[in-house]
Amino acid sequence: MAMIKVHGFPISPPVRRVIVCLEEKGLPYDFLTVDMFSGNHKKQPFISINPFGQIPAIEDGDLKLYESRAITQYIAHGYASNGTPLIPTDPKELAIVILWAEIESQQFDPTASKLSFELVIKPIRGMTTDEIEVEKLQVKLAAVLDVYEARLSESKFLAGETFSLADLNHIPIVSNLYGTKIKALFEARPNVNLWAEDILGRPSWQKTLKKMTMKM
Amino acid sequence: MTIKVHGFPLSPAARRVVGCLEEKCLPYEFVFVDLMSGQQNSEAFLALNPFGKVPALEDGDLTLFESRAITQYIVRAYADEGTSLIPVNPKESGLVILWSEVESQQFDPIASKLSFELLIKPLRGLTADEAEVEKLTKQLGSVLDIYEARLKGSKFLGGEDFSLADLSHQPAVNSLLSTKVKDLFEARPHVHRWAKEILARRAWQKTLEKMKFP
Repeated sequence: MAMIKVHGFPISPPVRRVIVCLEEKGLPYDFLTVDMFSGNHKKQPFISINPFGQIPAIEDGDLKLYESRAITQYIAHGYASNGTPLIPTDPKELAIVILWAEIESQQFDPTASKLSFELVIKPIRGMTTDEIEVEKLQVKLAAVLDVYEARLSESKFLAGETFSLADLNHIPIVSNLYGTKIKALFEARPNVNLWAEDILGRPSWQKTLKKMTMKM
Repeated sequence: MTIKVHGFPLSPAARRVVGCLEEKCLPYEFVFVDLMSGQQNSEAFLALNPFGKVPALEDGDLTLFESRAITQYIVRAYADEGTSLIPVNPKESGLVILWSEVESQQFDPIASKLSFELLIKPLRGLTADEAEVEKLTKQLGSVLDIYEARLKGSKFLGGEDFSLADLSHQPAVNSLLSTKVKDLFEARPHVHRWAKEILARRAWQKTLEKMKFP
C-alpha cells in the first residue's frame, strides 16, 4: 500500500495537527515540503490538490484531502484500528468527541490562532506585535478557558476519560501558546493546565516537534 | 423521548439543525430561545451550552451544541432514518467531511459577514459598510470559483449524492440568494444549479415553513 503523502510546511500548526495524528496512529507517511516562500502553495501542481492554496493537504492512494480537521477526522475513522483509538464507536460517545472538536474549531481556535500569530509568528517575521489586539484576545481566550476549566473538572480529557481527536486537534496551538506569556492563562486554571501538560507530553507530539523543524 | 432543539427560528445555525432533522424525518420539539431578551445567557440555557449560543439539542440524556457537531451526530446516530447524509466507506465519507469543513472554514466566515451587512444591519436600522461588502463579495467570488470547478465534475459537493456537506450550506445560501450577492451564484452555472437544487429540497422547504418568527 502506498504511504500517505503529506504536503506542508514544518512549522505550520495545521500541518502539525495532521502529523501528530499520523504519529498517534503509528502510520507511515512521506512529508513533502511546499515552498511557501516561492508561493508554490498558490501554484500548480499544489492547487490541483488543494484549490484553496493552503497547507496541509494529503494524498492517500487516489484520495486527495485538505483542511487539517477534515484530514484528522478521516484518519481517525479510516484507520480506526491502527495505533491510538481517537474516536469511540458508540454514537453518543462519538458525539461528545465531535462536540469538543467543533468547540476547538469555532470557539478556541479563532482567538488562540490570532494570539499565536501575534506572539509567535510576527516576531519570527520581524513584524511588530499589536499589543492592543493581544489584550482583547486574552480577555476572549480567558472566557473560553473558563468553560474548559469547568469541563475538565468533570473529566480527565475534553470528551471523557480517554484522549481523543478533540484533545489532539488542540495540541499545536496550545504548544505555541505555552511558549508565550499566554501560558499564564492556562497555568491559572489548574485542570486546564494539567490537561495541557498531559497532551503536550504525549510521545506523538514530542516526535512531531523533532521531525517538524525548519531546515535552515 | 423526542429530540428537543433549543433555538431561535431565524438563526442559520438553528435552521441547519432543523434542516437535518427534517431530512432524516425525525420528530422533534422546537423550544424557543428569545435572543432579543438575552435568554441565551440565562442559567437554564447556559446549563445546555456554556458558551451561550443557539442551537442546543437534547436527545435523551445527551446534550449537544455547535450546529455542525449536532448534524454530524444526527447523520451517524440515525444513519438508517430518512435520507442518508454520509456514506459508510471512509474514503467517500472523507470527501463529505472535507466539503463540510470547507463550508465551515472557507465559505461560512465570508457568508456570515455578508448576511450581517446585507440582512441583519438593515433590520437594526444600521447602514451596510459598502467597502466591507465589496471586499467580502470579491472573496466570496473566489471561493465560488472553486465550488464551480468542483460542481462541474460532481453533482453535489461530496459526490453524486446530496450529503451533509450540501445540507450545511442551506441556511447561508438561502439568505444570500435574497440579496444582491445572488449575482455571484447566478454567474456560475454549476453553482447556480446546485444552489437551486439544495434549496428546493422538501425538507428545506418544510424547515423554512416551520422556522418563522413567532
